[in-house]
Amino acid sequence: MTELDNDRLIWIYTQMLRIREFEERVKRTFEDHPGVIRGHTHLADGAEASIVGSLATLEPGDQLFATYRCHGYPIALGTPTTAIMAEIYGRRDGLCGGYGGSMHLVDPERGFLGSSGIVGQSIPHATGAAYAAQIRKQGQVVLSFFGDGASKQGAFAESLNLASLWNLPVVYIMENNNYNVATRSEQEDANAAHGEPLATKAKAYSMPGVTIDGGDPLVVYETVKQAVDRARAGDGPTLVESKVYRLSAHGNLIAPPGVPLHYEEHEAITVFGNRDEYEAALRGDPIPRFRAKLVEDGVLDAQAAQRIAQAARDEMQEAVDFGLNSPLPEPERALDFVYA
Amino acid sequence: MPHDIPYIAAIMEAISLEMARDESVLYYGQDVAPSDDHDLVKAFGRDRIRVSPISETAEIGMAVGAALAGMRPVVELLMAEFMLVAMNQVVNEAPRFRYMSGGRVKVPVVFKAGYGFTAGWSGQHTGSIYGMFTGVPGLKVVVPSTAADAKGLMTTAIRDDNPVCYFHHYLLTLIPGEVPDGDYAVPFGQAAIRREGGDVTIVAIGYMVNKALEAAEALASEGIQAEVIDPRTLVPFDLDTILASVEKTGRLVIVDQATRHGSASSRIAADVAEHGFSSLKAPIKQVTALDATIPYSEPMEAFLLPNEAKIADAVHQVLGGAPVAA
Repeated sequence: MTELDNDRLIWIYTQMLRIREFEERVKRTFEDHPGVIRGHTHLADGAEASIVGSLATLEPGDQLFATYRCHGYPIALGTPTTAIMAEIYGRRDGLCGGYGGSMHLVDPERGFLGSSGIVGQSIPHATGAAYAAQIRKQGQVVLSFFGDGASKQGAFAESLNLASLWNLPVVYIMENNNYNVATRSEQEDANAAHGEPLATKAKAYSMPGVTIDGGDPLVVYETVKQAVDRARAGDGPTLVESKVYRLSAHGNLIAPPGVPLHYEEHEAITVFGNRDEYEAALRGDPIPRFRAKLVEDGVLDAQAAQRIAQAARDEMQEAVDFGLNSPLPEPERALDFVYA
Repeated sequence: MPHDIPYIAAIMEAISLEMARDESVLYYGQDVAPSDDHDLVKAFGRDRIRVSPISETAEIGMAVGAALAGMRPVVELLMAEFMLVAMNQVVNEAPRFRYMSGGRVKVPVVFKAGYGFTAGWSGQHTGSIYGMFTGVPGLKVVVPSTAADAKGLMTTAIRDDNPVCYFHHYLLTLIPGEVPDGDYAVPFGQAAIRREGGDVTIVAIGYMVNKALEAAEALASEGIQAEVIDPRTLVPFDLDTILASVEKTGRLVIVDQATRHGSASSRIAADVAEHGFSSLKAPIKQVTALDATIPYSEPMEAFLLPNEAKIADAVHQVLGGAPVAA
């Protein structure tokens, strides 16, 4: 049973919607303002319930690490979306001054300590922060977010072994969207190929492993809360396999300068020709699902839902405007911050 | 009172003193203090001194994460080559975070790595591989050659707010030297002039400093006065001291145990050629390992490596060379 009150439920819904609206605006930027976003961006649409349900368990002082698909976490943590959008636009007022871009958001003041662009490599970072938390003995917990593909990295195996061995206060949250870019899990994961959940891997490290519907924020909250409580109590790490469906392609088109960047359709369609799978995922979209539940439970009415949606649209319009109006960095600042 | 202790003991003295001075300093790695009777465990407890599995990516990656979370970890890598197992963490995580965050975070961590074990350790444990790390902006690279510097540079490495690759030479491990008592820090980026001379400048790195000094003594008996410079840190690098010496001597020999094209030597030669060309009276001469994997068998190993005779030969060549600039 959930212990969340109505305000908290609406908070969760609001954050999910804010993330979705933000990602929609990132995606639209490729069409509306070609050339403004460079390189590679990875969107969290489809994973909002998993992100917000997880972060809703955190207390002040807790920390997290994530991957290059990292826009959603700081949005839910309260980082100004103006700063995040400006960073993705490479602007001076960006969260990281234009030094990092879409793949490398951080906000240490809010506990978001880092995101690595290399698959699996932030898992040991989170594990190390959990080691620091264990030494500090202030009851801090660290969340480690990564994808299903990362669980085939040595960094995953080494980190889970150490975390279990040292009883570290860390929760590993694998957002399993079933695709490594365009390769399906059963093509590259032994558990998946044998019809077992990926959380089976936890057994090898003598820690609990659970597989959940990452499209339901309350299921995510309850599962992660249990794991966080366990970690906080000093009982060690947990692996949570949170099954999500990414509603956009892995990232925008990878192309040399001169080719307009944009988002193609999901790989289920472009690579496997499986439009049915994608449309089923759309029908299971976590946001309308959660809205329907809140309405049914009498937590939210149509008017309030409309108000939340409008506020998110206004906020992200402001983020886009802010990003576009923020100046580009002075070129010679490229030599700042090489060393502390 | 200064005391005489081996190079390795000087390193451990610095780690121990820094752990006593600063609670955020951690020291862990493979085979670090497996017994609870270890002095460091007794002094600092199991939270801060740990033995780790053979998991370099996790060991180094966790140090990065712990550093981001406010600690100052020293990771015991034993062999420099073990960093290669986790190269992404060393070159593409640790030194990137401060920059990519626009200065919002820092990664104070020390990778303690022994190198150059050219005593029959064959092809995979003998490399002098610091050169590949000097090309990574954000990393600092330290190569102490004396017991005193081993202590003083480790102190500075631990206090530095950046990732530092601390390379200690295995053949120096038991070489004693006079080490200052108590708190002792050697600043990064300040070369040491180990011997003064006006005829030729010899820049030597790490263990090669001793070889260069021995060669210089032999050359002195021929009336040749060599100035021997130990850069002590490769990043940051004290080019000014070398340029000033070359301005005086007009001749430069660089000695580096690394293979020529992965060495620090080739970079130093390029920097002096670019910034000190007008001082040079002869082409720069480099004495490095030959470009091959270190072989097991002793005569072949010795053939590849720099030694006193090769250094002296190089000095004779630069002294006999035709002037290249007025």
